[in-house]
Amino acid sequence: MTATLSRATFTGLRCKECGHPYDAGARHVCEDVCFGPLEVVYDYDAIRARVTRATIEAGPASIWRYREFLPVQGDPIDVGTGFTPLVRANRLARRLGLKHLYIKNDGVNMPTLSFKDRVVSVALTRARELGFTTVSCASTGNLANSTAAIAAHAGLECCVFIPADLELGKVLGTLIYNPTLMAVKGNYDQVNRLCSEVANTYGWGFVNINLRPYYSEGSKTLGYEVIEQLGWQLPDHIVAPLASGSLFTKIRKGFDEFIKVGLVDDKPVRFSGAQAEGCSPIAQAFEAGRDFITPVKPDTIAKSIAIGNPADGPYALDIARRTGGTIASVTDEEIVAGIQLLAETEGVFTETAGGTTIAVLKKLAEQGKIDPEETTVAYITGNGLKTLEAISGVVGEPHTIEPQLSSFNAAWERAQSLHRATWEPMGV
Amino acid sequence: MAIQVLIPTPLQKYTADQASVELEASSVDGLLQALDSQFPGIKARLTDEQGKLRRFLNVYVNSEDIRFLDNQATALSDGDEVSIVPAVAGG
Repeated sequence: MTATLSRATFTGLRCKECGHPYDAGARHVCEDVCFGPLEVVYDYDAIRARVTRATIEAGPASIWRYREFLPVQGDPIDVGTGFTPLVRANRLARRLGLKHLYIKNDGVNMPTLSFKDRVVSVALTRARELGFTTVSCASTGNLANSTAAIAAHAGLECCVFIPADLELGKVLGTLIYNPTLMAVKGNYDQVNRLCSEVANTYGWGFVNINLRPYYSEGSKTLGYEVIEQLGWQLPDHIVAPLASGSLFTKIRKGFDEFIKVGLVDDKPVRFSGAQAEGCSPIAQAFEAGRDFITPVKPDTIAKSIAIGNPADGPYALDIARRTGGTIASVTDEEIVAGIQLLAETEGVFTETAGGTTIAVLKKLAEQGKIDPEETTVAYITGNGLKTLEAISGVVGEPHTIEPQLSSFNAAWERAQSLHRATWEPMGV
Repeated sequence: MAIQVLIPTPLQKYTADQASVELEASSVDGLLQALDSQFPGIKARLTDEQGKLRRFLNVYVNSEDIRFLDNQATALSDGDEVSIVPAVAGG
């Protein structure tokens, strides 16, 4: 036990609002003072003494190459999560009038093809250390997939909660791991409330409730990886989707920590956020110049980011404003067009959250809010195969033909004329 | 009028570990007072110095966020269920 404890670089929890300290148990709010969210406290001197670029580069090709920056004590659950491709997106860049654009593609994260595998790998490692045998979550879909899969790998009991109207891919993609799946007749915010009530009486580890301080730290690795993959440099501008706002704040924290321990040189990075118009409480507050969030009732195809009452919304607003970024929203039609644009220019098929990010990237580029010279990174957080419903009906149909050359010839002619009819000059 | 109140884990130390309590009140503000009379000190946890609910707390009446209703002036009637829930991260 002593040997594993000595590897831990975190010392406890602390309220992000008032600074009140807590021990490193399963708790997520400042219960003694102000109900603010709790954050993990690290010993950065210990991290600095232990970590160099070389030690990180020698580590596993997963988030655990950054384990000194993560709140775990012993052996992590390593299912190959993280270290996903950072793709230079030249064709998309040219289409948008940008010069240095990258796609961080967590749509191919392991094991369940979304960035949630990062947070769940950390949360379940910590859950096991804290003695939980059953894990749970409230989810818009991706988190359910990930929690069920990694719980299966780790041999933990699992009960997850989702809104009943989710896409089939997300439902089947959870059931396959054989958890207990509760489909709640309500929206995500109602699911979340129910789970908080369940957490009050069942002794389970809820990854996004009582394990939230540990869980959310997993998202920092999306900041670390981009720095490392850019050759140990910060980008100039990032664009990421906003649901609860947690991912956005943790990318910032990841950048700040690498600066703090001397792994990367400091420079300004602009943070821009993307929301779907049908669920845009943070974008609305940004536009109105408010520093508080008024909750909304979600109505969008971008279900994975449909959180009407975003817990980290105020922090996301603050980061966007402080860094000179923007928070914008796009319509469902623009989201689908964003999915298509990324697929057609870069060969990356993302889900609706990624379509939202690309559509906002396009909007900001058109409005001159991204400097063409800036090194810009767009975070793609999920895989399009999970939300096929969003694009069926807009991507056309296959040409069904007989197994004969003449049938092919005729169909090819038709296809060419169809292609000519829809062709428009696009300078790619 | 009996109102059922669901108490989050961090506050159950005020309510003798009860996850739910029953009280009489005709509005959310009245309920906060009634809670504090029965469980002294709990209101100071829930509200700031001006009596405004802390910004990381959500309060629901019959599953509806009071910010969609009348905030702390939201009326309560017999049999309503009020849930107090600290904000949680999502996805």
